[in-house]
Amino acid sequence: MLQVSVYRYNPETDKKPYMQDFEIDTKGKDIMVLDVLHLVKEKDNGMSYRRSCREGVCGSDGLNMNGKNGLACITPVSEVVKNNKLIIRPLPGLPVIRDLVVDMTLFYKQYERIKPFLINDTPEPAIERLQSPEEREKLDGLYECILCACCSTACPSFWWNPDKFVGPSGLLQAYRFLIDSRDTATKERLAELDDPFSVFRCHGIMNCVAVCPKGLNPTRAIGNIRSMLLNNAT
Amino acid sequence: MVTNITNFGRSGLADWLIQRVTAVIMLAYTLFLLGFFLMNGDLDFVTWKLLFQGTAMRIFSLLALLSIAAHAWIGLWTVATDYIKPTGLRVAFHLVVILALFAYVVWGVQVLWGA
Repeated sequence: MLQVSVYRYNPETDKKPYMQDFEIDTKGKDIMVLDVLHLVKEKDNGMSYRRSCREGVCGSDGLNMNGKNGLACITPVSEVVKNNKLIIRPLPGLPVIRDLVVDMTLFYKQYERIKPFLINDTPEPAIERLQSPEEREKLDGLYECILCACCSTACPSFWWNPDKFVGPSGLLQAYRFLIDSRDTATKERLAELDDPFSVFRCHGIMNCVAVCPKGLNPTRAIGNIRSMLLNNAT
Repeated sequence: MVTNITNFGRSGLADWLIQRVTAVIMLAYTLFLLGFFLMNGDLDFVTWKLLFQGTAMRIFSLLALLSIAAHAWIGLWTVATDYIKPTGLRVAFHLVVILALFAYVVWGVQVLWGA
């Protein structure tokens, strides 16, 4: 029997959050943490969490499992459980709506701020804007982000200033458009980032790299943005 | 873009670059002094005073002192904006830090050229 401790909070009935313990029978199999949550929900139907694709593509079930952020659906119990104990909490730093469900508004606001779409003011070609294979290669390791928020909610700089610091996820996407050969707004994008918070609140502790379920490297992208800012400055 | 009025270099990039350059200067000064102590095991007041009478050493010392001031301003500004959320309290903290650093610089100049 696996000892599972789940963060519970219902703002309508609870004065403050508490941890609830469950004993879960995994039938000796190394199941995913998301499967454990299903078994918990069978015991307590009111327990809330987000999930959708259950295969690490949609990014809905970002959770804090035994202290480390990750996607519950692709995290095997054996990877996080120590001493037969599994502690599941919502992503840190964001307001809790209920149980494991967090309010991602601030996270999405930062994403919106970096204008996550191609800006190109030249006349549209008849078919499509072409890229060389080398130009396309620069987007690898950037476009794969699924916005699960595991990285940004593992970042102390984002915890303290979620309204000012873009956060690792947003900055990875910012660099994805800065480096895109088809984008013509590079200077405007850089001008939006040249303050002490948006990019420079990153101190390179690499929590984001340690938790990214897609194996991406926001710290490297942030370093590249810094170099671009430096090369653009006088 | 976040508007800032109390940080050192007016832009994030300037602050970031200044903090790195001043760190290198402080490291160079520390290594120089360490080397000087190692080379002069039986250090006496005359040797110490002679070292600081040279113009080059005074320039180097003043540079290190200004580096400490700039580095501390940027570093403590960053810490304060992370942890002190009430604006009044935070600006008061910035002010105390900046005044203290200013006093250290003036005091340092007095020490360097007063001897």
